[in-house]
Amino acid sequence: MPREEVMKWLRTRFFPHIWCPGCGHGVIMHALLRSLTALDKKPEETVIASGIGCSSRMPGYINACTVHTTHGRSLGFATGIKLAKPELTVIDVMGDGDCTAIGGNHFIHAARRNLDITTVIFNNNIYGMTGGQYSPLTPMASKATTAPFGHIERPFDIAALAIAAGATYVARGTAFHAQLLTDLIVKGIESKGFSVIDAITQCPISYGRKNKMGSAADMLAWQRDSAVPAQAVAKMKPEDLQGKFVIGELYRTTAPEYTAEYDKLIARVYKKGGKEN
Amino acid sequence: MPKIAFWQGNMGIAMGAIAAGCRFFGGYPITPSTEIAEAMAEELPRLGGKFIQMEDEIAGIAAAIGASIAGVKSMTATSGPGFSLKQENLGLAYMAEIPLVVVDVMRGGPSTGLPTKISQQDVMQARWGSHGDHGTIAYAPSSVQECYEITVEAFNMAERFRQPVLIMNDEVLGHMREKVIVPEDDTLVLVDRKRPTVSPDEFVPYRADEQDDIPPMAGMGDGYRWHVTGLTHNDWGFPTNNAAEIEKKMLRLMRKIDRFRDDIVKYDTESVKDADVLVLSYGSVARTALSAVRMARKKGIKVGHFRPVTLWPFPDKELELIASRAKTILVPELNCGQMVLEVERVVGKERVVRQNLVNGELFKPAEILSKIEEVA
Ligand SMILES: Cc1ncc(C[n+]2csc(CCOP(=O)(O)OP(=O)(O)O)c2C)c(N)n1
Repeated sequence: MPREEVMKWLRTRFFPHIWCPGCGHGVIMHALLRSLTALDKKPEETVIASGIGCSSRMPGYINACTVHTTHGRSLGFATGIKLAKPELTVIDVMGDGDCTAIGGNHFIHAARRNLDITTVIFNNNIYGMTGGQYSPLTPMASKATTAPFGHIERPFDIAALAIAAGATYVARGTAFHAQLLTDLIVKGIESKGFSVIDAITQCPISYGRKNKMGSAADMLAWQRDSAVPAQAVAKMKPEDLQGKFVIGELYRTTAPEYTAEYDKLIARVYKKGGKEN
Repeated sequence: MPKIAFWQGNMGIAMGAIAAGCRFFGGYPITPSTEIAEAMAEELPRLGGKFIQMEDEIAGIAAAIGASIAGVKSMTATSGPGFSLKQENLGLAYMAEIPLVVVDVMRGGPSTGLPTKISQQDVMQARWGSHGDHGTIAYAPSSVQECYEITVEAFNMAERFRQPVLIMNDEVLGHMREKVIVPEDDTLVLVDRKRPTVSPDEFVPYRADEQDDIPPMAGMGDGYRWHVTGLTHNDWGFPTNNAAEIEKKMLRLMRKIDRFRDDIVKYDTESVKDADVLVLSYGSVARTALSAVRMARKKGIKVGHFRPVTLWPFPDKELELIASRAKTILVPELNCGQMVLEVERVVGKERVVRQNLVNGELFKPAEILSKIEEVA
């Protein structure tokens, strides 16, 4: 059972949730809620937006200001909300397909603007909701219902993409490293700017089964064994990193934040009864 | 004192939006609508509002819906290709019942078509462009004065009915300059969305009031917590597969407009009392058609004009009554026959004559006059 302060954030009225047994999405939701309680956020001042997918159903279960939008477009909605009320804490949760396929353009532009939004990408390497088609995060040679003979496309590296596009805080966690993930989300929310948390999670039904990865527990063990802490990377040889991924804080910088820049612009041009100027 | 202005139609829309209380615009440039975005970029920050040019039209309407969810009156504007891109998110605003004004300054299509030339080819898309059933409110202004006034009204309707309202402008009116009498701000009647009167703990976000079928709307950040979704939902805003709940939501979406159809429908007539020939046209075409009707009257032809100002809901009962004594109803349109389908639905096919033009030009009065003479 989650702690009492976490329970307060849940819309238990909307349970049972839609996630399959063994799905990692609930663990990520728990990490997000723990980070919101750790930061003492108020649900009525916290907006959680999402697109469409299994992961995007998450806001429905959270008793905050929640916005379940269209596939890939949630950052557009979140941008409007944040601009209209910059004082709100805005979180955007997306699936890997939602974020980097149909929503890829919105993702890079939100990063470029450095709007103060924290995105949590539920990266299960597959389109879960529609039953296991490949996503831009599906590894080469993996099987998907639309890649029955093995996938021949190269996947994105979400972190590298986010950094190149202008995100100012980028981190990676996993469902296995739930405490680390919580800490990373906390830092992402605290960081004033566009924060990206690549949250690796397991889809035992639509990805694991097809790719002979075993049970949900086996997939979690895979996350444990494949993750390399960011601090350890410097001491490692490139060949040791083969087949591994780095977790922890990957990038942090400061840059002008969009709503703050907008406020400055308004301060410059605002005149009472403006039209007359 | 009202002010006299000399504006383009697109400027009339932008200034009407400002007067209506619009304080957010999300858009993407596209001819012939771009002047609206440019005017909003200039005006909004001065009033403490916000303009943002998004990465595409999809994001433009998404941002506008987001701002409205947060409690700010908002708008987006576009033309043909951009109007197509906006359709999916427009549907979300219908389903989630988010007030919003969307402007389409019509140019020739299909596809990139005629970026700088007029058409009326999107009027059916306004009604049926986004998938799924919903009520539609869409205006077609015919003068710059009306661009201004209709935009104020569009915002009022969007707020009152909690749904997107469309303004179907066209390239000629968008770019044409004309005198406008701008009323003083405090003489305008402005409507704001109904806010919840219950405490946040008692708030059921989609529980509609019986007297109008419209649920009060809380702005996010106003102390209320609620869930917005494009999935068909129950009163709690939660996705449902329950047949009774689905039907309740769907029928209410339709009913909230149908019930108040008389408050929404707007039209204009001239010389209809004794008309044998009734010309029905809208938008810029109504301007040439009216000249043609007046010329024909001078020649002694008994002809009148009917102008739907709301294309949707279509003024059907009004047209039925007014057209009852006309022998012929002539429908000039800058498409291959779209609103004429509504006219035929109302008055039957027998008396209806179509006049269509899709070469990027606006009808000349003489062209409509000779058609009137031909059918009289
Ligand atoms: C415009 C549009 N295209 C396609 C879909 C169908 N669809 C729903 S969810 C989804 C993919 C979900 O995958 P992902 O974003 O990775 O999230 P997950 O379900 O794995 O959490 C797709 C293609 C849709 N709802 N809307």
